[in-house]
Formats: sequence, C-alpha cells, structure tokens
Amino acid sequence: MLELKGIDKYYNPGTVNEMCLFDGFNLTVKDGEFVSVVGSNGSGKTSMLNILCGSIPVEHGSIVMDGQDITNMKEYRRNRRIGRVYQNPAMGTCPSMTILENMSLADNKGKFYGLGRGVNRNRKEHYRELLARLGLGLEDKLDVLVGSLSGGQRQAMALLMSTMTDVDFLILDEHTAALDPKTAEIIMELTDQIVREKNLTAVMVTHNLRYAVEYGNRLLMMHQGKIVLDLAGEEKKAVKVDDILRQFNEISIECGN
Amino acid sequence: MGIYMTILEQGLIYGILALGVYITYKILDFPDLTVDGSFPLGAALTATMITNGVNPYLTLPASFLIGAAAGVCTGLIHVKCKVRDLLSGIIMMTALWTVNLRLAGTANVPIFSKDSIFDNDFINGVMPEALSGWKKLIVIAVITVAAKLLLDLYLKTKSGFLLRAAGDNEVLVTSLAKNQGNVKILGLSIANGLVALAGCVFCQEQRVFEISSGTGAIVIGLASVIIGTSLFKNLTVMKATTAVLIGSVIYKACVAAALKFFEPQDMKLITAVLFLIILVIGMERRKKVKKHA
Ligand SMILES: Nc1ncnc2c1ncn2[C@@H]1O[C@H](COP(=O)(O)OP(=O)(O)OP(=O)(O)O)[C@@H](O)[C@H]1O
Ligand SMILES: [Mg+2]
Repeated sequence: MLELKGIDKYYNPGTVNEMCLFDGFNLTVKDGEFVSVVGSNGSGKTSMLNILCGSIPVEHGSIVMDGQDITNMKEYRRNRRIGRVYQNPAMGTCPSMTILENMSLADNKGKFYGLGRGVNRNRKEHYRELLARLGLGLEDKLDVLVGSLSGGQRQAMALLMSTMTDVDFLILDEHTAALDPKTAEIIMELTDQIVREKNLTAVMVTHNLRYAVEYGNRLLMMHQGKIVLDLAGEEKKAVKVDDILRQFNEISIECGN
Repeated sequence: MGIYMTILEQGLIYGILALGVYITYKILDFPDLTVDGSFPLGAALTATMITNGVNPYLTLPASFLIGAAAGVCTGLIHVKCKVRDLLSGIIMMTALWTVNLRLAGTANVPIFSKDSIFDNDFINGVMPEALSGWKKLIVIAVITVAAKLLLDLYLKTKSGFLLRAAGDNEVLVTSLAKNQGNVKILGLSIANGLVALAGCVFCQEQRVFEISSGTGAIVIGLASVIIGTSLFKNLTVMKATTAVLIGSVIYKACVAAALKFFEPQDMKLITAVLFLIILVIGMERRKKVKKHA
C-alpha cells in the first residue's frame, strides 16, 4: 500500500516564482490496485510520482509504504521495491552497454554488485524468453548496443528491466507517449500482463484516455494539484472514454482555456 | 633508437595515468583534476618507501592504495559536500601539494643509488644478459599491460557494469536501488589509484621525486584518452583501454617531435596548442540523460 498524507509541495519556495502545487494532497493506493492517472498538462501528475518515489522533497506531509513512513528515505532505497519507467526511453536503459549487459544489470537489482562476472551465462536463455515476448526481435540482438535501438525498443527494454526482479510497485509516467501507435499498443498490453502476473501495485500516468479507461481498476483525474475524479470498482468498469473526455473539457472550460 | 625507446617507456608509463583518466573522463564523465596531485602523490610515497629500504615492488600496490584514498576524498567532497566536479578536483589537487611535500620531506628527493623496480637483485637475476638494454621497457610494459588487463576484467564485473551505468545514465543506477554517489566515489578511487601507480613507476624511472612532476598530468591524460578514443573509434574490435594506451604513446611521440624544433621553455605553450588541436579534432558532443525529464 502506498499513501500520501497531507502533502504540501511548493516549487521555488521563498522566491518570486513560488508556486504551491499541492496543498494537503492525499492519496491511498491499495495493494493490487492498478491506477491510471489522467489530467491536463501541469496538473501535477509527474510531481506526484516524483514525490512517491522520493525524487523530489516535500514541504509537509508524509509518504507511507506498507505502513512504514518513508518520507525521509532516500530515493535509491525506496527503489528496492519500486520499478519505474519514464516518459523518456533514454532514462531506463544504458546506451553504451549491450542488450545482454543491460538485462544482466537489471537482473541483479537488490543484490550486491561485487566482483562477480557481470553477465551470467545461465540466465541468457531466460533473457531471450523475456525479450521474445516483446515481439520486436530483440532476442536475436543480445550483443547489440542499446544506444543503437529505437526509442520504442528501448522503452520496451526499460519496462522489462524495471520489472525483472520482484518489485512490489510499478510507477509509469506516460511510458507509451514517445512510441508509435502500434508499439504503444504492444507495450501497454505487456504492461498489463506484467502487472497481473507479478501482482504489482501500479500507478500509470497517461494522456491516452482510452488506455486509462481500458486498463487498470481505478482511474484518477487530476487538475491543478487536486484529484477531481476518482473512480474504482464497478464505476471504473462502466466508464467510457466519452465520459472522461466530457469531464476533461468541463474542467478546462471552468478555468477558461 | 634511444629516442624511440624513451618515447615508448614514457608513453606506457603515462598510459597507466591515461587509463585512470579514461575512467573519470570517459566512463564517469567527470573532469577530475585530482590527477595533478595524485600522480606526484604516488611518486612521493614511492620515494619515501625506497629511501627507507622497503622492497621496491611494494611501492606499486601502496601507491595504488594511497591514490585511491585521494580519489575517495575527491568523491566525498563532490558527493557529500555537493561541490561541483571540477572544483572538487581543484581542492584536492591543491591539498595534495602539501601532502606530497610532507610525505617526501622536500620538493626533490633523489633515489639514484637505491634499489628500484628496474634495478634490484631479483630482476637483475631473472633478466637474461642480452635483454639488459630492454629491461626498463620490459618492466614498464608488464606493469602497464597488467593494469590494463585488470581494468578490462573489472569493467566486466557487476561492480564494473554499475560504474559504466553511472556515467551513462545516473537515473538507471538509482532505479537499480544503488546510491549513484557511492558508485562515483568508487570510480574516482580506482582512477586515482591508477594515476598514483603511474606516478610510482615514473618516479623510479626518473630515479627522483619532483614535487612539480604532476603539473599538467591531467592534460597529458586527457590528450592521450582523446587521441586514442577518437583515432580508433571506428575499430570496434579494439578495446578502448588499448586505444588509450596507444594514444598515450602517440602523444609522447608528438611532444618529442615538437621538442626537436623548439626550446624546452616553449614546452607548456606547445602542450597547450597540441591539446587544443586534439580537442578540436576529437570534438564530440556527449548526450547526457537528463533527470526527471
Ligand atoms: N522543477 C520544477 N520547478 C518549478 N516548477 C515546476 C517544476 N516541476 C514542475 N513544476 C510545476 O509544477 C506543475 C506540475 O508539473 P508536473 O510536471 O507535475 O505536471 P504534469 O501533470 O506531469 O504535466 P504533463 O502532463 O505536462 O507531464 C507545473 O505547473 C510545473 O510548471
Ligand atoms: Mg508529466
């Protein structure tokens, strides 16, 4: 379970550009929930994920993971249990290393990075199987540098790498945004499979309303640092893209744009 | 003949330094000026040990360790005190000047009549008479190649993978639940360990410790790395570490050639111009992954 309790977040505090994004923000994500988050640009979705993962500090409030207060826990420590995929495909992989080396690197997460051989040959077949599921032909390119792959291929790898070890939470920030429609579809489908198989608790930010409606079992809409819509259970199942779109437009009209 | 031998010897000694600079500059993308202080640090320790009659071969690991300690300090200044990379190196370089003077006692310590890695009962015994003219070069080559092979091996370990990832994509290291600051500190320590090892060999080859022997060491290191990696960048079969060693020899050859036409006092200007030319020719823009894009 992930909880944000009474979060206050200011950007540029103490300067003329001071901006209050969150004022007493609350969110509880229960175990097994797959939350899709939509909202206008600048509504605070990425900031919320950054706060959950510890990438940015908060002025007030607490972040709780399975009952344990992790507000002051360093980002890298939180990441033991969190897998994260960024919007930018470059963030999840290492370009100057080969596919095999990248997979091995991710496979060792949570363990000691010592003087043992970086690549474990026995795991090669396993990596091949994982890559084959992507249907992008990467399983035959184990020795190719990741830097020479396309954005979509790299993003697919980033998704695999972030979920290779047994993390409990998956944080996705518009992870299909940089991909062509077909690859985006493949990645989205794979995301759903992985979340189910590994029984992950996931938070996915997306601008694709259809993905938000079709995937996941809870839907949030954010606006100006607030949650303006929160659907779960039957409500979530019943909701249609058009309903969401209507809500979206209403909010936008309210603030006059 | 003699001149070629000297170029090779010097090139290989500075090649060890270049391997260290390769780690910081190429792998970690950290312009580390500590080098100007850690090179003579290895030399100062070596001169002191040799003067005190310690087995010369012990100076090699000892120098590596003391250089590694200096690298850790630079890393701590950068990571824990959040000082910018360039400035952290400058602070350590400045501090090391005093450390080196204190360690060696004076600015100039001759070790002419003492045993060294090139001249002791053991090496004089195993080396065949016919090769005695090549003795220095052989010893240097063995040390340099061993350093390179060990570095190659290290870069293929899990720890080495993490180091490579830290320079490529800091975000990924954090995602792997590792403190990227610690990885940087580790990289800086290995790099400066190699640099101090170069200083150790250099001191014994010159048979004297000179406090100013480190001045400009970073320029030599950077030049070697850039020459090597840009000259052989299309040769995927050649390891970057090999390229760096060759780069170092080429650089020493360029300097030797330049000295044929100029006076020694023109040296610094020549170095600067050479370095500029190398930088411009080898120009490449590194694309770094930005955090939280
Ligand atoms: N580092 C920062 N410094 C100052 N302001 C920031 C910073 N990061 C975000 N903001 C501000 O906080 C608000 C929320 O930004 P955030 O990136 O969380 O939005 P978002 O919902 O992810 O938007 P998008 O859909 O465009 O990705 C924006 O108004 C933005 O200007
Ligand atoms: Mg965003």
